[in-house]
Amino acid sequence: MHPFTSVTAIAAPIDEPNVDTNQLCPTRFNKVPRGPKYARVLFHDRRFEADGREKDFVLNREPYRRAQIIVADRNWGSGSSRESAVYALYEFGIRCVIASSFGDIHANNCYKNGLLPVVLSDAEVSDIRAQLHERPGATISVDLADQTVIDPAGRVHRFEIHPVRKKCLLEGLDDIARTHEYSERLAMFEDEYRAERPWLFGGA
Amino acid sequence: MSAQTTFEKIWKRHVIAEEEGEVLLYVDRALIHEGSSHAFAALAAQGRRVVKPAQVFAFTDHYVPTTGRERGVEGIAIPEIRDMVKTLHANAAAHGITLFGIDDPRQGILHIVPPEQGITQPGLLICGADSHTSTHGAFGSIAFGIGASEMMHVMATQMIWQRKPRTLRVSVEGKLAPGVASKDVILAIIGQIGVAGGVGYVIEYAGSTFAEMTMEARMTVCNMSIEAGARAGMVAPDETTFAYMEGRPYAPKGPLWDQALALWKSLPSDEGATFDKEAALDAAEIAPMVTWGTNPEQTLPITGSIPDPNSAADAERCAEYAAALDYMGLRAGMALQEIVVDRVFIGSCTNSRIEDLRAAAEVAKLGRAKVPAWVVPGSRLVQRQGEREGLDQVFREAGFEWREPGCSLCTAINGDQLQPGERCASTSNRNFRGRQGTGGRTHLLSPAMAAAAAITGRLTDVRELLR
Ligand code: SF4
Repeated sequence: MHPFTSVTAIAAPIDEPNVDTNQLCPTRFNKVPRGPKYARVLFHDRRFEADGREKDFVLNREPYRRAQIIVADRNWGSGSSRESAVYALYEFGIRCVIASSFGDIHANNCYKNGLLPVVLSDAEVSDIRAQLHERPGATISVDLADQTVIDPAGRVHRFEIHPVRKKCLLEGLDDIARTHEYSERLAMFEDEYRAERPWLFGGA
Repeated sequence: MSAQTTFEKIWKRHVIAEEEGEVLLYVDRALIHEGSSHAFAALAAQGRRVVKPAQVFAFTDHYVPTTGRERGVEGIAIPEIRDMVKTLHANAAAHGITLFGIDDPRQGILHIVPPEQGITQPGLLICGADSHTSTHGAFGSIAFGIGASEMMHVMATQMIWQRKPRTLRVSVEGKLAPGVASKDVILAIIGQIGVAGGVGYVIEYAGSTFAEMTMEARMTVCNMSIEAGARAGMVAPDETTFAYMEGRPYAPKGPLWDQALALWKSLPSDEGATFDKEAALDAAEIAPMVTWGTNPEQTLPITGSIPDPNSAADAERCAEYAAALDYMGLRAGMALQEIVVDRVFIGSCTNSRIEDLRAAAEVAKLGRAKVPAWVVPGSRLVQRQGEREGLDQVFREAGFEWREPGCSLCTAINGDQLQPGERCASTSNRNFRGRQGTGGRTHLLSPAMAAAAAITGRLTDVRELLR
């Protein structure tokens, strides 16, 4: 996994709440293998006409084509568990999404791919979006070690993150190495569990 | 010991380790489908194998066509779609995973088949490569959807890292009126608590309304927990659950049945157990529901009218409603029953079980479809059962199409899809923009309501037809 430490970059405001993973990656693109092709998949049906021409959408406008941060509203990434939604964000260049709440599964998928989901309050995200609308192309700094977001006006917003998630992101660790430390415990657990519920392991 | 909820009892029993509040849990069953190709690619990239193949079950559902299945996988016309099905077959074989392949007489949707087969049981921790894995909570299990990286981890270790969610109890008391289905109950709940109302929670559905429901109806409710933002939803197991389980292929038999039953009976929440949050609805007040917008909280009783964005609570809602109406091609103030539909879809893991098809057939009998109307059973077993009961005949005589099982128009990935601007009355679970095809417009409703829309050509109060 790619680590995430900090980013200072152009931030794109996306005002609508409840942006679901189907918007981020329409279902038909799920079958595309991971890779650079996903850059075009992001918000595909909002960004492109059926014939491939660009529509007017925030990420199709300069300077937001170079955005690495999205400042969204509430309930970002609700809906389907598709991880391809995160591949699309990542390949487009997005490294951090700031919202007032996230679809749970999507937030987990972000962590597993080196993309930082930051939760700030409703008031903070709407204020930061207002700043971005006033000064298109303004940059935001996000620092994971400090757990801070610095908005275009220079105000500092602190965010919470679970210490284990933070460590994994900072070091680019995936879970498996961590899990393997518990293989002995798993073996013990399973012996007992199988004895307690023998019917679960017999097949049809 | 203090009083515990069903959720706490199951959660505790699956804990293997804990690091600063991150908990490593044992996974009883993992459910995957063709779209799990990313998880297999990640496994292969790390040179790992599925560690407990007997606990992983693979289903062909998302990509399979719903017509022309005589030729099996080779009969799939579109090469990329055929490859997705073939890849799953190949991965299942390579890892020794139980496969419900395209030709299997038990084939069907990953949230329909495991309950039918008894793979889903009370007290389990189930992870699925699909957000509607919450369906399986209807049996009193913790069941939730995960992404490809987490599924890779589950397949490689049979464990998963999670943080403990909070608990939300949604109580509904009383009898449902005639013509009102469990789909209406869950739409009403989402309408009340909102699409983010359950974020961070596991919902336990409690009260006499759920106690009275069949397993199938409970599955419809738990299925859409994710649409309220919750990872999982559950109903405590009871006699209805046990009666459903008995005799299923993977269910315990003989003395093991008694042993299992004793464990299952210990699972309901204890008297006095507390939840982090509570919500309540009165069953008598629930009417047949239909969504008018682009997320499931934009829902109203069928007797209602499209809301005026200008009367929304705040400027943000106003913009949200206006955008939804624009996408849906509707105007404020219009009665829901004036909305003319182009197509009807009866299917998906929310509403494609036998009882759903029976409810739709009862209404289909009353007329003839005015618009193309599809019935897509959730599994081969449902399809065959429907045929034994003559439901296929009822539907055909009413001008509906009886198709082969799969996800079909729910997610529009197998080639079944709406055309831009087409309006569909659908028994599925998501009315998101483009969910049923780019530019498609979706109204969610119950199977009986969908059949009513088919025979009138517009959104219709099914209670008037049944009167
Ligand atoms: S029917 Fe729809 S919601 Fe259910 S598993 Fe298939 S695609 Fe997902």
